[in-house]
Amino acid sequence: MHAIEKILMKNSGKSTIQTGEIVNAKIDFAEINDLYLQTVYSFYEMGGKKVWDNTRCAFVFDHYAPCPDIKSAENHKAMREFALKNNLKYHFDTNTGVCHQVLAEAGLIYPGMIVVETDSHTTTQGAFGAMGTGCGATDMATILMTGELWFRVPEIIEVRLEGEAPKGVYPKDVILAVLGRVRADGAVYKAIDFTGSYVDALGVAGRMTICNMAVEMGAKTAYMQPNDAVLEFVEKRAVRPYEVQFTDKGYRYSESYVFDVSQLEPELACPSSVENVHTLRSVIAQGDVKLNQGYIGSCTGGRVEDIAEAAKILKGRHIPEYTRLVVIPASREVMLECITRGYITDLMNAGATISTPGCGACLGAHEGILAPGEVCITSTNRNFPGRMGSTEALMYLASPATVAASMVYGKITDPREFLD
Amino acid sequence: MQKVLTGKCIVIGDNIDTDQIYPGRFLAITDPKEIGSHCLCGVDENIAGTFPGGGFVVAGRNFGCGSSREHAPIALLNMGAVAVLADSFARIFFRNAVNLGLLPIICKGINQHVKAGQTLTLDIDAGTVKVEETGEVYQCEKLGDQAMKILEAGGIKPLMRARYSGQ
Repeated sequence: MHAIEKILMKNSGKSTIQTGEIVNAKIDFAEINDLYLQTVYSFYEMGGKKVWDNTRCAFVFDHYAPCPDIKSAENHKAMREFALKNNLKYHFDTNTGVCHQVLAEAGLIYPGMIVVETDSHTTTQGAFGAMGTGCGATDMATILMTGELWFRVPEIIEVRLEGEAPKGVYPKDVILAVLGRVRADGAVYKAIDFTGSYVDALGVAGRMTICNMAVEMGAKTAYMQPNDAVLEFVEKRAVRPYEVQFTDKGYRYSESYVFDVSQLEPELACPSSVENVHTLRSVIAQGDVKLNQGYIGSCTGGRVEDIAEAAKILKGRHIPEYTRLVVIPASREVMLECITRGYITDLMNAGATISTPGCGACLGAHEGILAPGEVCITSTNRNFPGRMGSTEALMYLASPATVAASMVYGKITDPREFLD
Repeated sequence: MQKVLTGKCIVIGDNIDTDQIYPGRFLAITDPKEIGSHCLCGVDENIAGTFPGGGFVVAGRNFGCGSSREHAPIALLNMGAVAVLADSFARIFFRNAVNLGLLPIICKGINQHVKAGQTLTLDIDAGTVKVEETGEVYQCEKLGDQAMKILEAGGIKPLMRARYSGQ
């Protein structure tokens, strides 16, 4: 059996489980972000009175942090009222950051659990050996009422990542390379297990980046077997006892992809699809790509390790006039650490605009919206038409290092130029 | 639930993501009618205003990929769509659609054959789509038992209300 099947089996109280079977599973933690006031509406429409367990659900106000308009302020107000009325033990207001990062930092994510969040990028939590999956507002309302959700036991795809990354190749490049091959619908309704020596050696931040973008291939959830880095992170924080699950030897995956990470290069997802992946080198070879904005942040590329790479490249340099670089740390904890290490000072001296931890412009809500005809390079996860503002703007997805290097000249640039 | 549905269709392409169905800048809106008025504006701003009520959206592969936003099926329903016929659907969109009573029907290759403005008849039990103008019939995949249970109840909300009023 696979670890994901064991998690589903345990939480659904069954003694066997089969691919394709529908199970009702207990949810260990449920998170509602601030786009989803509909969750509260659906909860009452369905006859909800009180949440099933006030220690197992929380709001995170990340998409509108702080509120850009009256409408979102009203939504926050109604959610705070719901949280207060239900006496929720945990509440993460506009001073905390992106939900996936914030929950992990708060010790609410640990191996062997099922976590459901009203955000597609909940696959991120596979980095901790948890089963994380996104859902819509009304599914979430059913969880708040019952503490359960139905799942189809998914087929599991192995993405095996072997070897060490060469200079200039980061976890973001690795997952873009995977996306280019598996494609945007290559894992729809399925789970992805990332295995191999690269994953075994990878730190928490890099694991989160890779699992985060599993959903860009359509995956229901992602998984990585916890390593020492994960267990050390979780041990210090977990609010409950936990049990690490292991995949049985000889488990047969529905499909397997193997990547030699040592042969990869910096990658880009070009406009306007996550699967339109090309090596940075091949894009540059076709001529200069001039940029109006660089963006470093989000649940994909806004952690300390990401901002560190950008600061390393931009320290002592300055972005060109008439361009801008927006940097939004993924959480309060990330931002404080970046302040302590001097990265924020280095980036501000290089001309960066720093904004409050949260989702920022990643989904086009505020703090870095693009005008028609503008071009942006970003460490985020989606470059769909209109994702960051105008449908006539173009977005390139890249590693934070590539974003930083590109903003030195205001055109897409290979970060290896700046690395010793 | 009505098992045979007839209506006109629009035809769009592959990988129509939730940002194209319902862009992020409108996410704070909670009024369903207003949400419907912005439907598919990332594809073409004129779609919602001219959509044939009770009609079908015909699309390619991976419809509804991207965000978990329930605004996407809410927008489609309130624009007047009763079903989306596509090569494949993103998982969260599929669940959201079923929960709200919008039919997500897998009908492989259909967007290569039908034309915008044609009248289609979807027969859920037979698993077929007929183009009324030409008489052509396409096979679709039947919805699973779990999805049908929710759809036949009129969506997850009536199902949950029934479950909770009994307690």
